[in-house]
Amino acid sequence: MAVDLGGPVAPVTVSAQGWGWRHASRRAWAVRDVSFRIEPGERVLLLGASGAGKSTLLQGLAGVLGGDEEGESAGALLIDGVPAAQNRGRAGLVLQDPDAQVILARVGDDVAFGCENLGVPREEIWPRVHAALDAVRLDVEIDRPTQALSGGQKQRLALAGALAMRPGLLLLDEPTANLDPAGVADVRDAVGRVLDGTGATLVVVEHRVDVWLPLVDRVIVLGADGLLADGPPQDVLGARAAELADAGVWVPGIPAAVPPPPAAAAGDDLLRAGGLAVARVRGVPVATGIDLEVRAGEALAITGPNGAGKSTLGLTLAGLLRPASGDLSASATLAAGAAPTPIAWRSRELLTRIGTVFQDPEHQLLARSVRGELEVGPRALGMDEVASAARVDELLERLRLTALAAANPYTLSGGEKRRLTVAAVLATAPRVLVLDEPTFGQDARTWAELVALLARLRDEGSAIVAITHDEAVVDALHARRFALTADAAA
Amino acid sequence: MSMLAADTRTRPGVIARVNPVAKLAASAVIALPLIVTLDWVSAAVALALESVLFVFAGLRWREFRMRTWPVWVAAPLTALTIALYGAASGQVYVEWFVLRISEGSLALAVATFFRVLAVALPSVVLFVTVDPTDLADGLAQVWRLPARFVLGALAGLRMVGLFLEDWRALELARRARGIADQGRVRRFAGMAFALLVLSIRRGSKLATAMEARGFGAPGRRTWARASRFGRREWMLVAVGVAISAVSVSAAVAAGTWNFILGPR
Repeated sequence: MAVDLGGPVAPVTVSAQGWGWRHASRRAWAVRDVSFRIEPGERVLLLGASGAGKSTLLQGLAGVLGGDEEGESAGALLIDGVPAAQNRGRAGLVLQDPDAQVILARVGDDVAFGCENLGVPREEIWPRVHAALDAVRLDVEIDRPTQALSGGQKQRLALAGALAMRPGLLLLDEPTANLDPAGVADVRDAVGRVLDGTGATLVVVEHRVDVWLPLVDRVIVLGADGLLADGPPQDVLGARAAELADAGVWVPGIPAAVPPPPAAAAGDDLLRAGGLAVARVRGVPVATGIDLEVRAGEALAITGPNGAGKSTLGLTLAGLLRPASGDLSASATLAAGAAPTPIAWRSRELLTRIGTVFQDPEHQLLARSVRGELEVGPRALGMDEVASAARVDELLERLRLTALAAANPYTLSGGEKRRLTVAAVLATAPRVLVLDEPTFGQDARTWAELVALLARLRDEGSAIVAITHDEAVVDALHARRFALTADAAA
Repeated sequence: MSMLAADTRTRPGVIARVNPVAKLAASAVIALPLIVTLDWVSAAVALALESVLFVFAGLRWREFRMRTWPVWVAAPLTALTIALYGAASGQVYVEWFVLRISEGSLALAVATFFRVLAVALPSVVLFVTVDPTDLADGLAQVWRLPARFVLGALAGLRMVGLFLEDWRALELARRARGIADQGRVRRFAGMAFALLVLSIRRGSKLATAMEARGFGAPGRRTWARASRFGRREWMLVAVGVAISAVSVSAAVAAGTWNFILGPR
């Protein structure tokens, strides 16, 4: 159903003529020699390998790359014949990270922010705010605190904020990468309604092609030097399927490689929870009455909607949070001489027993180089230099990080950071591995690598606990499922 | 998070809904004379008058206690320090090492006690009911401070909650990585640095999101929420002026007025 957003907007023509951009701090060009023309009302899916410059191109179109001190540009990037940087407000941009784009404390104020900046008269702003919130079906009071929204709601809020500016060009940079399946569908459907209502031009960047395929009528593939392909979705995806899949794009019809099922039955219980309640803030349990076992040689998937307490349960199982009530005990095999409850273990005792991969890799980075990052655990264990170096070299090789050994971890791409944090945990060979959304926002190639690695660890006798929204991961690992429901909290 | 009081619109009390800029002005007007004098009469009179103001501030009693307890602790402690170590004059009651309690230091202590209460309480009470967004609107529209500066600060303030979450995650991650057993000071320094890196990255992402919504675009900015400075606001400022005037007059009349910047 189309939504009244004050009727159609004038859709935008986009034209790139040999355009390129080099960030001031980098030697290599982020985007180079790109030429295309997008007609008014066209809906374009922009693909390319990680690091091909898709985000840079979108930010260029939104006019937010900055001036000469931010970087160097080549060629021309025009919106309706005017350089994009001078045409602010004609394009609305929605980014990947829901937390990074909430600007103000209340929902209505946040949506109004763009209108204010563009100088829209006050009496016109509030009708636009309500129309935009309706269009994205964000059915909350306008003075609801923005921090109380879920990830999917925040993304729809960001979309509403862009829509209220009545942009002729909608730019979406992986807007659903960080969302659960319900959130993905909500955002995609909201975009569809808006485009039907306004007729705006669309450029969307997304690895998960199947999400946006129903909505787009053209696919552009960005390569290292200019465009790799440009045309109707079926043609491009058909002709370039293998190449795109290799670049990490989820091409429909080419399923990611899946590891074989477990070679042996699950082993002994390593962790056992009985009547467990978990809380991040003392006295406020988010999930209660949890009974589960973590077994050697088996994958356990903790699933459930946002806010059900999955991450809190994961951190509790990992021995990082104290149980709010109930019992969580380690078997004698896992404890290996340490106390019977993981929370009582010293930090160093955790290393060989339970390893944790956090949802946001940046929270757990400690060193200035990739190699240094892998040496943290072995050094804390007091492992000798030779043994440590051998183990680090093996992990660098196994997770394709050898070429990056000297790089600063913060400069890595999302997929590389994920591989690094997994490798850093494996460096001390823990018996139990807890991973919080390991495949979130990962491209197809990283996804397949991670799943293969986890399956192998499982077959080597480790216990894998994966907190995940990703059904494909649950299936690929043949994981036992433990579902938390949203109302589990008493 | 308590810093971002989003519930100001539902608060009872006449003062809660007054433009924050007026609250800022009123607390400044009340504090100014108390800062430049050191006598117990002006401070005590101001405190007595303020307590009437507090009734209309829109704070529940429990909330009043929760928000102001540091002031109630700080005031007697400051007074005690002054009584023990303040400049001695008049009769000396106790003398022991550097400690000297005299008539003069006791008078100063009493004055300081009332002064801390009379300056700090209205600032705390008036500002508990301030919504940061409304304050930003007021600063930009009523006082005409640059929008870029005011809105930048406002958006930054919203990230404080994210920093708290980051800090907790950094703590857990350090335990998970096996380095949380010793070196508390070094670990703290490391976490502070990591938080700094994270906040710079968050900040630059936020700046991109703001620019994408036309922040800093050429042309005149409009304001979705009108920030009015009307009768209610002038009345609050007038009340502040009145409290100031009465307390200063009382001190002058009682002969205790003691202007700290003037000649002794």
